[in-house]
Amino acid sequence: MKYLINLFKSLLLLELFKGMTVTGKYFFARHVTVQYPEEKTPQSFRFRGLHAQRRYPNGEERCIACKLCEAVCPALAIKIEVAEREDGSRRTTQYDIDLTKCIFCGFCEESCPVDAIVETRIYEYHGENRGDLYYTKPMLLAMGDKYEEQIAMDRAADAKYR
Amino acid sequence: MMEAQALHLIESLLSFFGLWEMLRGFIEPVWPAVWIVLKIVAIIVPLMLGVAYYTLAERKVLGFMQVRPGPNRVGWWGLMQPIADGVKLLCKEVIVPTGANKFLFIAAPALALAPALAAWAVIPFDDGLILADVNAGLLYLLAMTSLGVYGIIIAGWASNSKYAFLGSLRSAAQIVSYELAMGFALVCVLLAAQSMNLGEIVRGQQGAYGMFGWYWIPLFPMFVVYFIAGVAETNRAPFDMAEGESEIVAGFHVEYSGMGFALFFLAEYANMILIAALTSVMFMGGWLNPFHGWPLLGALTDGIPGLIWMLGKMFIFMFMFLWLRATFPRYRYDQLMRLGWKVFIPLTLVWVVVVAAWMQTPYWLW
Repeated sequence: MKYLINLFKSLLLLELFKGMTVTGKYFFARHVTVQYPEEKTPQSFRFRGLHAQRRYPNGEERCIACKLCEAVCPALAIKIEVAEREDGSRRTTQYDIDLTKCIFCGFCEESCPVDAIVETRIYEYHGENRGDLYYTKPMLLAMGDKYEEQIAMDRAADAKYR
Repeated sequence: MMEAQALHLIESLLSFFGLWEMLRGFIEPVWPAVWIVLKIVAIIVPLMLGVAYYTLAERKVLGFMQVRPGPNRVGWWGLMQPIADGVKLLCKEVIVPTGANKFLFIAAPALALAPALAAWAVIPFDDGLILADVNAGLLYLLAMTSLGVYGIIIAGWASNSKYAFLGSLRSAAQIVSYELAMGFALVCVLLAAQSMNLGEIVRGQQGAYGMFGWYWIPLFPMFVVYFIAGVAETNRAPFDMAEGESEIVAGFHVEYSGMGFALFFLAEYANMILIAALTSVMFMGGWLNPFHGWPLLGALTDGIPGLIWMLGKMFIFMFMFLWLRATFPRYRYDQLMRLGWKVFIPLTLVWVVVVAAWMQTPYWLW
C-alpha cells in the first residue's frame, strides 16, 4: 500500500511542484542586491581599509618608531627605519606598508601605543603600475591629513567599547 | 489569398512607375519562390529576435528566482543585453583546436541550428497561418527534432577534446532514450486527432467547451511526459548532462568560441521555443481560445486573434523551461536513464493502449 502511495506521489510530481512553488514564491520576493557604485552597504566605524598615519593637532606626527606594528604584522608588510631627529626625538626615517602583502587584520592599529597607524574606511583604491600599492611614509601621512576628521570620529565612537 | 494581394500590391507599385509591363515577365515566374522566402523571413526574423530576448528573459527569471535583479546595466532594464552579447560573440575569434577535424568542427554548429529552424515550417500559428501545410507534419517534426542531435555529436567528436566527447556521448544516449518516449506520446496525439497534419490536430481539439476540449485532459500523462522529454531533448536543466558545467566544463561546446558558440546557443533556444510551440499545438489547442463556449468569458475573448493565444501558450511553456531550470538540480546519469527507460516508455506504451481502447467506447468525448 505504501508502495502504491509513493508510486502515485511520484507520478503526480507532487514533490517537484512543491519545489517549484518555492522558486515561484521567490520570483516575487524583494531583491537583496546592492547596486554597488550607486548604492553602498553601511560601514562599521571599525572598518579596516586603507592605512593612514595620524598627527597630533599641533602638526607633530604621532609615530614614535617603537616598531610594535612591524613586529606584530603577520604578513611582514611593514618596514620601518629609525633615526634620531635634530630635536633629539625618536622618529622614523622610513615607514612603508606594502598593501599587496597586507591582510588588513588591524593588528598594527591595535598594537600602536600612540594611535599613529590607523586603518581608514577607504576601500576603493587601486594601483595601475607595479609599486603603486607600496605606500611610503609621506603617502600615509597625506592620507591621515586628508581623512583626520573621519578617523578621529571613528576612534571616538569605538573608544567606549575598549 | 494574401499571396495574391501582395502580388497585386507590387503590381500597382510598379505600374505607378510604369515598370510593371517591363518587369512582368521577370517577376511572375519567380513570384511563388519569392513569396515563400518572404514567409520564411516572416518566421525566422521574429524567431531570432525571440531567441535573443529569451536569453535575456532566462537570465532575468533566474535572477528573480535567486532574489537578484539579473542583467540591468545595458540599456533600460538590461534590454540591450542580448544585442551586446551578440555583438561580442560576433567580434570574437573562432578558434579551431589543434587536431580537430576542421570541416566538421565548422559544420557542427550549422547542423545544430538548421533542423531547429527547419522544424518551424510546419508549425501552425493560426488557422491557415502555416508555412508548409503538409499532411506528414508530425513525422517531419520528429525527423527534424532528432536531426538536431547530430550537430551535438559531431561537435563533440570534431573538437578533439575529452570533455566535448563525453558531452556528446551523453547527449546521444539521452536523446535516443527520450526520443522514444516523445514519439509514443505523439502517437497518442496522433490516435486522438487521427491526423498527422498539425493544423488538423488543432482543429481536432476544437469543441464547445474551450480548454476542456483540448487533448491535455485525455492525454494528461502524455502531456507531462512530452514536455519533460522535450526538456530532455533540448538538453536543458535538469537534463543538461551534455553540458554539465560542473563535471565536464561545458560538454560538447567547450572548444567553441565566437560565432560557433553563438550558433549552438541559438539552436538551443530555438529548440526550446519549438518545444513550447509543439506542446501548445499538440496538447493545448494551438491557436484556439481556451474560454470558447464559456458563458460571458467566451463571448469576451472570442474576438482575440488566434496568433495571440498561440503566442501566449508558448510563452507559458517557455517560462516553464526557465522555472524548471531555476528549481531543479541536474539529474545523475543513471537516474536520467532510469526515468527515460523505466518510467516514461512503459507509461507511454500503456497510455497508447488506454487511448486506443478508450476511443472505441462512447466515453471518448474529444
